[in-house]
Amino acid sequence: MKIGVYICQCGINISQTVDVEEVVKYASTLPSVEVARFYKYMCSDPGQELIKKDIKEMKLDRVVVASCSPRMHEPTFRAVLEDMGMNPYYFEMVNLREHCSWVHEDKDRATAKAKHLVEGAVARATFLEPLEKKEVSVIPRALVVGGGIAGIQAALEIAEKGFKVYLVERNPSIGGHMAQLDKTFPTMDCSACILTPKMVDVARHPNIELFTYSEVQDVEGYIGNFKVKIKKKPRYVDIEKCVGCGACAEACRLHNRIPNEFDMKMSKRSAIYVPFPQSVPLKYTIDPETCITLKTGKCGDHALCIEACDDRNAIDFDQKEEIVEVEVGTIVVATGYELFDPAKKAEYGYGQYDNVITGLEFERLVSASGPTEGHVEINGKKPKKVVFIQCVGSRDKETNEYCSRVCCMYTAKQAHMVKDKIPDADLIIYFTDVRAFGKGFEEFYNRVQGEGITYRRRDLGDPIKVNKQGDRVVVKAKGHPDIEADLVVLATGIIPRKDSKELSRILNINQSADGFFLEAHPKLRPVDTFTDGIFLAGCCQSPKDIPDAVAQASGAAVRAAEPLAAGKVEVEAISANIDEDLCSGCRICEDLCAYSALEFDEKDKIMRVNDVLCKGCGSCASACPTGCISMKHFDMKQLLAQIGGLVG
Amino acid sequence: MKEKFEPNIIGFLCNWCSYAGADLAGTSRIQYPPNLKVIRVMCSGRVNPIFVINALQQGADGVLIGGCHPGDCHYERGNYLARRRMAVLKNLLEYTGIDSNRVRMTWVSAAEGHKFAEVVKEVTEDIRKLGPMQHFRRENKW
Repeated sequence: MKIGVYICQCGINISQTVDVEEVVKYASTLPSVEVARFYKYMCSDPGQELIKKDIKEMKLDRVVVASCSPRMHEPTFRAVLEDMGMNPYYFEMVNLREHCSWVHEDKDRATAKAKHLVEGAVARATFLEPLEKKEVSVIPRALVVGGGIAGIQAALEIAEKGFKVYLVERNPSIGGHMAQLDKTFPTMDCSACILTPKMVDVARHPNIELFTYSEVQDVEGYIGNFKVKIKKKPRYVDIEKCVGCGACAEACRLHNRIPNEFDMKMSKRSAIYVPFPQSVPLKYTIDPETCITLKTGKCGDHALCIEACDDRNAIDFDQKEEIVEVEVGTIVVATGYELFDPAKKAEYGYGQYDNVITGLEFERLVSASGPTEGHVEINGKKPKKVVFIQCVGSRDKETNEYCSRVCCMYTAKQAHMVKDKIPDADLIIYFTDVRAFGKGFEEFYNRVQGEGITYRRRDLGDPIKVNKQGDRVVVKAKGHPDIEADLVVLATGIIPRKDSKELSRILNINQSADGFFLEAHPKLRPVDTFTDGIFLAGCCQSPKDIPDAVAQASGAAVRAAEPLAAGKVEVEAISANIDEDLCSGCRICEDLCAYSALEFDEKDKIMRVNDVLCKGCGSCASACPTGCISMKHFDMKQLLAQIGGLVG
Repeated sequence: MKEKFEPNIIGFLCNWCSYAGADLAGTSRIQYPPNLKVIRVMCSGRVNPIFVINALQQGADGVLIGGCHPGDCHYERGNYLARRRMAVLKNLLEYTGIDSNRVRMTWVSAAEGHKFAEVVKEVTEDIRKLGPMQHFRRENKW
């Protein structure tokens, strides 16, 4: 057995805390080690060539690389072995950077630890066995979860590549938050004008099947072969028959009585409704929380909506929840965000005084399609003094430490729009720092400043207080004169959706500490998750503006389409293996398997592993009383050898 | 003065949560004592109690097993199986006269770099207090 050991300095990332030469010296004394070397960047081309040359000239049987996390570069080095005609599973990696040099300061102790980590890897490498990667076929369809701008973009792009897409949206219409916005910074495009054509494209696209008012309930399987259960909530309206005429909503006994969520409850709708006039699909939905028939079983002497619908007969109070099962090869998650609830910061007076509103409420107020038809009014009057407060629920360790990335610019945009509509209004913006980092942002910020809008710096450590005074409110900020204002707009930050945790469990993906979904690598794999075949787009991954969300969605669409186009994917060869001579057929393992990958062979009275179903967790192997189950690549003798090396 | 005892600790971390949490501690440069040496397994359910006993036999003074939080297991329930196995193992260790605090099971998610570092600090201190493991040592012969 000949083992090659390669220690990476990673520039100085490893070598500043670990004496790499010392580790090399130690490694060369270990059993079966033919060669031990170090290099500045093992993952670079010359680094890889170094390994290749040794494999060729020394006829190495195993390769150990001590560098960064295997979650980063294991595939890189496995490919090196494959290039040289070796089985890629003859490779073993030591995590010298994330698990040693970056987390320890004492160079002697870090070096001693590094030696043992390498010793463990060499010991394990001795017992590594060649494995064949499994190839599975890919169902050429994709699922996109979430019908905001990111989900729309991803769905359209995958569909354009010729693959069928199921787009699932929880609300009665696609469009997401972008549909609620009036104009978009910094170009001042009308949000609806650029979004609604895309919404229509989705509805018309022959490759897209739209599930609105639906939720993903369950996902099983793996890349190439996901089984998805979609819950279609009852609309109580047959969307095949509904033509979207709106006669039912006009007739509804609760017409103009129910707060409309799309307008941030500043306008009223009926119990039967479409969220907004450009909804896609333009099909009505009955709100079970308010509809008199659904709540009491009887609406006056007869339901007026049914009468109004007349011979179209679209209304169906007997409609039931329906579960639809679809099979897809890949999944794009684009579930978006929620906004921080400023009532949690009582000092701003939100929810107490009607002069205090959020940025999104302002969007509806200023929108031509909004409750005031675009007239900026508060209590029926044009505000003459408007205060904007930034970083409400962002950059604040008490709430969310991160920056929400959009509030600086949407505040500048909103100030600009007030100035546009009420030229003599006096505008003050309280900011923490203005972050105008995007294309055209700084120019836009300069333009807004030039419009006579006052920017005042605030310190997040000194809370701004808003108190009522007559019809107006007084805004008190430390270090600045008090302002009597007619309107205060709070730039609320972006937060993860409440059900992110639940969805992360359904999809088997991770969340970051802030609650957003976790990408596989912050820089190099920003749209992948750690679960193969599932990709991220938009604000569900982190706060971002529209162009960034769209760009990420395009990226996710490409990544999601790759396996669909290839028609097959390689999956890890790690699975359970049963020694038929040792298996006693006790069936203890059978119930432990979460995937029903172990089956009892009635004829031979032993267990058999279904390779395709087995995911290689090893739960069965740890329970087998005869020790007949071995885990490929995580076999007992490999792990015990590694323990021996590690303890030194 | 007697030199401070530095315990030798072996960690079994699941690939999806705890190992990723340890990676995050690394990328965030959160410092913790170098006593822990980690073995990556796909799931904490892979940790056969034999591995733990073997580690103690081969020279470890303590063992840490890290899995995904309850309900978050990448393989649905491997972490529950690990938890049960370790509970039984701890009883067995006590029965044989070994302080069961030498074995600790923890949940660390991929986002919990800070928690991982805290756990390592705690485990290192706890095992330092217990002193070197002296039962059933056997020769390291891999």
